[in-house]
Amino acid sequence: MVAIIDYDAGNTCSVMNALRRLDADFMLTNDKESILSADKVLFPGVGHATQAMNALKSKGLDEVITAVKNPLLGICIGMQLMCDFSVEGNTRCLGIVDAIVQKFVPLNHDEFQKVPHMGWNGIVHSGDALFTDVAESSYVYYVHSYFVESNECTIAETDYNHPYAAAIKKDNFYGVQFHAEKSGKVGEQILQNFLNL
Amino acid sequence: MLAKRIIPCLDIKNGRTVKGVNFENLRDAGDPVELAKRYADEGADELVLLDISASLEARETIYDLVRKVGEQINIPYAVGGGITSVAQTYKLLRNGAEKVSVNSAAVRQPQLVSDIANEYGTQCIVVAIDARKVGEEWIVHTHGGTKPTEIELFSWAKHVQDLGAGEILFTSMDHDGTKNGFAVKALRKMNEELSIPVIASGGAGSKEHFKDVFKEGKADAALAASVFHFGEIPVPDLKDYLSDNDINVRRT
Repeated sequence: MVAIIDYDAGNTCSVMNALRRLDADFMLTNDKESILSADKVLFPGVGHATQAMNALKSKGLDEVITAVKNPLLGICIGMQLMCDFSVEGNTRCLGIVDAIVQKFVPLNHDEFQKVPHMGWNGIVHSGDALFTDVAESSYVYYVHSYFVESNECTIAETDYNHPYAAAIKKDNFYGVQFHAEKSGKVGEQILQNFLNL
Repeated sequence: MLAKRIIPCLDIKNGRTVKGVNFENLRDAGDPVELAKRYADEGADELVLLDISASLEARETIYDLVRKVGEQINIPYAVGGGITSVAQTYKLLRNGAEKVSVNSAAVRQPQLVSDIANEYGTQCIVVAIDARKVGEEWIVHTHGGTKPTEIELFSWAKHVQDLGAGEILFTSMDHDGTKNGFAVKALRKMNEELSIPVIASGGAGSKEHFKDVFKEGKADAALAASVFHFGEIPVPDLKDYLSDNDINVRRT
């Protein structure tokens, strides 16, 4: 059973649709026991870091997430919230991964430096099990204005103005900045790999 | 490197995909769910569903359609047409859309752009702008291009960027349906002035037009409808062609 963390800050619909296409059993929940006993936990999210953290805290989910022992995958802002700190609203996050979430700086007159970083970009990965059967430089879908700096937990990078962490891993905690649930066949492979962990 | 995006647009009326010329003379182009699935499988990067139903009753059916499309496809899609509130946006996002596109309502009530951006993030708000050249100036039109405003295109684009739009979808009404190419000059100017992505729309007739809009127009994405719906330019062929011309596109 996969638990999708429900905290009013996720586009959980897309994640649920992706899991349905993979024939995975899942539940959308904010119940502590259900999350802690699930085989896999998905932690999606869109929106503002401060609001998302506040939503987690108001439901006591910040402490539940850090207590998860089975594989957990944070997607987009879910991954960002796993870090120490985000400059978005100067938000203290969950502190699972020792990294800072920074903002992309837009530069005019160069189409590759617009913000948000929106669209399909390539990943270079280090061969972690999360990327089994995912070819080098595969394209995945991004929509974000903030990014996790490359750090010792980085297991994949993407280059946008500069390389940054496309995916991170610390013990049982995984995070992907891209929207695996909307990244075509490549994204489905990555989600399946996570379910296979 | 960030890939240039190819975006088929599905104009939806009463639950069917339709396509007209210069916003008129609608012709049936099939079931939107089937068409969306086909495009996703063929390697389209994103889809736009534009509800052009005239009545409110017909508009209610869009939620159901958005949900069905979301169940079928594994790429992002935006939904536009008649969106006037944060509540509608919530309902569309909850049904599986990644983004909403607002047009006339943003002109009438610019605050809507910042309200949606503040509530759900800039990434989910696309501002669609229909404009045509009047004398030397590009003038914004609303209500499916039927009503001219007094707003100048480039200043409006800049303004909605400041309000929190995550992306601009610019349709040149002068080019739409002509198949003579995109409004490359205006797009280039817009892309050089803005710091958010711009989707080019209106005028696609050949693969060369897509090359031009990316190379000369500096667009981040190009949107088209009939060339895709009626099989004139298959998406995989287009991507092969662009790639051969040194334009970075996602290959599947």
